Amino acid sequence: MQKLLNWVDERLPVVDAWNKHLAKYYAPKNFNVWYFFGSLAMLVLVNQLVTGIWLTMSYNPTGEGAFASVEYIMRDVQWGWLLRYLHSTGASAFFIVVYLHMFRGLMYGSYQKPRELIWLFGMLIYLVLMAEAFMGYLLPWGQMSYWGAQVIVNLFGAIPVIGEDLSLWIRGDYLISGITLNRFFALHVVALPIVLLGLVVLHILALHEVGSNNPDGIEIKKNKDENGIPKDGIPFHPYYSVHDLVGVAVFFFIFFVVVFFFPEMGGLFIEKPNFEPANALKTPAHIAPVWYFTPFYAMLRAVTVDLFGLPAKFWGVVVMGGAIAILFVLPWLDRSPVKSIRYKGWLSRIALALFAVSFVVLGYLGLVPATEGRTMVAQILTVVYFLYFILMPFYTRMEKTKPVPERVTG
Amino acid sequence: MRKLIFGLFIAFLPVLGLAAVGLPLDPIKTDHTDKVSLQRGAALFTNYCMGCHSMEYARYKRVADDLEIPVELYEENLIFTGAKIGELMKNAMDKDTAAGWFGAPPPDLTLETRLRGESWVYSYLRGFYKDETRPLGVNNVVFPAVGMPHVLVDLQGLCAVEPNIGKKASVEPLSGNVNNAGVCPDYAIEGSMSGAEFDRAMYDLTNFMSYMADPIKVERERLGIFVLIFVAIFFVFAYLLNREYWKDVH
Repeated sequence: MQKLLNWVDERLPVVDAWNKHLAKYYAPKNFNVWYFFGSLAMLVLVNQLVTGIWLTMSYNPTGEGAFASVEYIMRDVQWGWLLRYLHSTGASAFFIVVYLHMFRGLMYGSYQKPRELIWLFGMLIYLVLMAEAFMGYLLPWGQMSYWGAQVIVNLFGAIPVIGEDLSLWIRGDYLISGITLNRFFALHVVALPIVLLGLVVLHILALHEVGSNNPDGIEIKKNKDENGIPKDGIPFHPYYSVHDLVGVAVFFFIFFVVVFFFPEMGGLFIEKPNFEPANALKTPAHIAPVWYFTPFYAMLRAVTVDLFGLPAKFWGVVVMGGAIAILFVLPWLDRSPVKSIRYKGWLSRIALALFAVSFVVLGYLGLVPATEGRTMVAQILTVVYFLYFILMPFYTRMEKTKPVPERVTG
Repeated sequence: MRKLIFGLFIAFLPVLGLAAVGLPLDPIKTDHTDKVSLQRGAALFTNYCMGCHSMEYARYKRVADDLEIPVELYEENLIFTGAKIGELMKNAMDKDTAAGWFGAPPPDLTLETRLRGESWVYSYLRGFYKDETRPLGVNNVVFPAVGMPHVLVDLQGLCAVEPNIGKKASVEPLSGNVNNAGVCPDYAIEGSMSGAEFDRAMYDLTNFMSYMADPIKVERERLGIFVLIFVAIFFVFAYLLNREYWKDVH
């Protein structure tokens, strides 16, 4: 066995890679519960890939056959119902862990120098994930699949001059049709997963180059022992691999409660109108995207005034796009001398809390039909969302920060 | 934290329910383990509904197996089209012709209870009443201006007034009169079943439709228990392993 390993190692740096990324990757020893979500995101990604491959074996990507083939998977394919519920629940679980993972980054300043690239790759992953989820949602070819895609693709039509042609180009037809379904299927199962995997590799390579941040926001590499090992670091394997196993168990428990007992999650994970096949002539009474898009959907609907001769819908799209785009420049907005929220001042804490509240409440508002009062709340919260970023260069510089300790605080 | 998030979702559910449902309904709880009820429901569905409505995503054989109906008995009594037992439950009515008769083709009902909800179906089936202004002479309190005739009129009879759906029975304290006692207080045509018998039959029918929409439910929940027990045991070992490794880290 050792001989075989030597033979391979002389030709491929497997031992080197094992050490660099696992056995001799020194991670800070003070990770808390927020640090489970990165590895959980990997776990869900693997779940989506494996169940996705098996679903593809029985799915029929045509306008005529898609809906029936999903029911065929649910009824006639051995364990098909389990594969499908693992995949549909996995989609929502992916966004839950990614949102928590991103919030962890916001809390502990994990995007700050020298981790800007990790944040950028992470944001690209988030962007591709949204595209992946959106296109995947069309595939069951139910009413909500169809009309959700119709609404979102039509948004491109709001762009002046090129808008109409652009949405026509995306659909490949004058309305969402089997042609759209076919291209979304190709992108969902081939193109985007490849991009996603590549970005995940870059995300992790960049992380392992500079090292992990921690809840104290201290650079553990500044404090090394005589062997050049960070005093506050411990090898990722076995310490964090066994640690993450506990997180995996807790995650699986909750995940399987949903998969086996509440696969529709009361209409949140699988929306009720999707139990009716897509029908271009019948619009559902209330069209809402799946929950993970609703904060941005609420912002889109919150814009109700025409400006500079352009319709409100266009500005809504601008606001929605801006809400995601502004996350990309976050590393250059934070001017605080400290990373972690533990040592930032009150202004940063209040700002982060308001941001979190606005995101969650906008998510709720995007799920329910709009009323005058709700639209007003959405407008205020949209402003709050943007102010978190726009004012960040000021409040992070103005406030008084606490002294950061030399060593991690456990 | 994950539990908190999970809790938040649960907390949202009633709000969503309110947002989605406008009409008061009679709530029911279906039971897919009640094979006798499901069998009665299957007989009702085949005899009264399947002439127009298909269940084209399901197969006869699966129903026969799950409901413990012998295949020969099933073929003899519950398949009228000459279809083989392994075939999908399509019906004989032509969609275009049906659209001409009713304005729209009768929808496939395989997933109806997951689309509209069990309580909706149960209430709808009991919600027909006499209304001469409608082309077919009937209307429905749950689905106003419905295009479907009252197929079950032989069983229920025809209610002369709007039936009591989503209303609790109450006794007036002074007069002793009982309000909203049965679904229908006044019949224009008498049916062969009493009010209570008809309610029971419609429960069976809804139960069957609910089973058809989600045939794996009982098995899924049975397996789920074992999966959760396994994960719980796995958690204990993972926790102890983690504690063992970390006891020397300070």
